[in-house]
Amino acid sequence: MRNVCDDFPVLQREVSGRPLIYLDSGATSQKPKQVIEAVARFYRETNANVHRGLYQLAVEATELYEEARGRVAAFIGAHPEETIFTRGTTEALNLLAYSLGEIRVGPGDEILVTVMEHHANLVPWQVLSQRKGAILRAVGITSEGELDLEDFRRKLTSRTRIVAVTHVSNVLGTVNPIPEIAEMAHGVGAVVVVDAAQSVPHMEVKVRELGCDFLAFSGHKMLGPMGIGVLWGRREHLEEMPPFLTGGEMIREVWIDRATWNDLPYKFEAGTPPVAQAVGLGAAVDYLQGLGMEEVRRHEERLVAEALEGLLARDYVEVYGPRDPGKRGGVLAFNLRGVHPHDVATLLDQEGIAIRAGHHCAQPLHRLLGVPASCRVSFYVYNTREEIEAFLSALDRVWEALGK
Amino acid sequence: MSPYEDLIIDHWRNPRNKGTLEAPDVDVTEANVPCGDVVRLQLRVRDGAVEDVRFDGRGCAISMAAASLLTEMIKGKKLEELQGMRQEDILDALGGVIKPRLNCALLSYRTLRKALDSLGARERIRGQKAGAEEKT
Repeated sequence: MRNVCDDFPVLQREVSGRPLIYLDSGATSQKPKQVIEAVARFYRETNANVHRGLYQLAVEATELYEEARGRVAAFIGAHPEETIFTRGTTEALNLLAYSLGEIRVGPGDEILVTVMEHHANLVPWQVLSQRKGAILRAVGITSEGELDLEDFRRKLTSRTRIVAVTHVSNVLGTVNPIPEIAEMAHGVGAVVVVDAAQSVPHMEVKVRELGCDFLAFSGHKMLGPMGIGVLWGRREHLEEMPPFLTGGEMIREVWIDRATWNDLPYKFEAGTPPVAQAVGLGAAVDYLQGLGMEEVRRHEERLVAEALEGLLARDYVEVYGPRDPGKRGGVLAFNLRGVHPHDVATLLDQEGIAIRAGHHCAQPLHRLLGVPASCRVSFYVYNTREEIEAFLSALDRVWEALGK
Repeated sequence: MSPYEDLIIDHWRNPRNKGTLEAPDVDVTEANVPCGDVVRLQLRVRDGAVEDVRFDGRGCAISMAAASLLTEMIKGKKLEELQGMRQEDILDALGGVIKPRLNCALLSYRTLRKALDSLGARERIRGQKAGAEEKT
C-alpha cells in the first residue's frame, strides 16, 4: 500500500521529543486531511439543518447528508433506507437492546452473547434481560482464543431470541465466523446482532455475505469523525421495531396525545443528526475505497504478522488470542511478565509510542484470562513496519527497566 | 531508559515494610478497581504514634513504590501529624507523578486515610464508652 502518513496531520507531530507512533487505532483512528477538510468545508460553506429547510443552503446540506448515507450503505452492501446514523456503535447497540428487545424478548426467553464482548455489546443486553425477565447466557472461548462453537451450539436453544456477537474481538483480535453463527442462530429463529466496530474499518464487510440481521459500527474508528456511527438492519425487523429516541424528525404526524412515525431510516433518527460528522464519514469511506479494503486488510495482516512474530520471540511476553495472523483483526493484546500494563504504556509514551493499557472495556474476558488488565497495540493504514520495529525494541527497554 | 525516578524503581524492586503484622491495631485494604491495583495497610499504634507498619498488595510500579515509600514516611509519626498529611506530600516525595498516573500514586495515601478514619472511629467509640461508664 502507498505510504499514506502525509495525509494525517496529527502524525506529523512529536510526543516526548520523538515522532508520534500511534498504535491505538482500535480505540480511535487518526483522521486524514480529506476528512478534516470535508467537515470544515461543510461548516464553512453549507451548514444548515437537514430535511426541513426550504432554502438553498438547507437543500444542499440535506443532499450532502443523504449522499454520505448512500456512500456508507454502499460500502457495506446495504440499502440506504436500512442504514441508520447513530452516535456510534454503543448507541446503535443500545437502540437494538431497547427497541428489538421490546418486540422480541419476553420472560424466560434467552439472549446469547459471548465472553469476548466489549461492554457495549454486553451491558445493554444485561439491562434488557433484567427488564424483561429474560436469561442472558455467554458463549466461551477455546484455549486459542477463538469462539467455542461447540459451546455456542450447546447454549443456542429454541428459547434463544437474540444472538449478539462481535465480528472481531477488540482484545483477542479473533475474527468470528459470522456466516456460520448466523446460519445456526436462524435455525432456531433467533436474530443476529453483530458488533462490527473492529471489523468494518479494517476489512471488506458486506452485510448480505455475513448473513446477520443487524450490524453496528463507529465512524471514528474508520478515519471518520467522532459522534457518528451506523446501525444497519434488515428492513422487515426495522419496520416492526418501535422507535428508540422520539422527538423531531422521526415523526410523521403529531397530536397532543399521539404521534405516527416517519419512514425508515428517519424513524430511528430523532433530533438534529450529526450532519457534518456524517459528511466526514462519507469522506472517510471515499478515502478507504481509494486505498481498497482488500489492500487495507493485507497491509494490516502484514503488520500483525510482524508484531506477533516479534512478541512471541520475546520470552518475557505473553500474547492473547490466535497465533495465526489470518484469523486476526488489527489488534494484539499482551502482557510483560510481572509488569503492570500501565507501567508499560507510560514508559512507551516516554518514547512517543501510544499504546492502550487496561481492560479495554472487556472485564469479563480479562477475568477469564486471569489478568486485571493487558497492553494492546492496534494498527491501521498509516502504520509502518519501521514503527513495529521501533515498538518492539522500546519494549525490550521497558523490560530492562522494570522486568524482574 | 528509566523515565521513572530511580527512587520509584528502587522502591518497586526493594519494597520496604512489605508483609503483614501480627495483631495490628488497624488493617485496611483499598483498590483501584479499573486497573486491579490493591494495597493493604496495617499499623500498630503505641502512645498515639505508629510503632510499626506493613503493606502488602499488587499493582503497577508506581502504586507499589508509593506504598513502600509511604510506610517509611509514616513510621514513628504521631497520628495527629498523619492527619495533617496531604496528598502533595506523597507526590512530592515520589519526585512528581504524571497526570494519568495520579490514581496509582495516591492509592496508598487513600488507604492511609481509611486507616486513620478507622482508628479515629474506634477512639470515638472508646471515648463514648468511657464517658458512659463514668456516668454510671
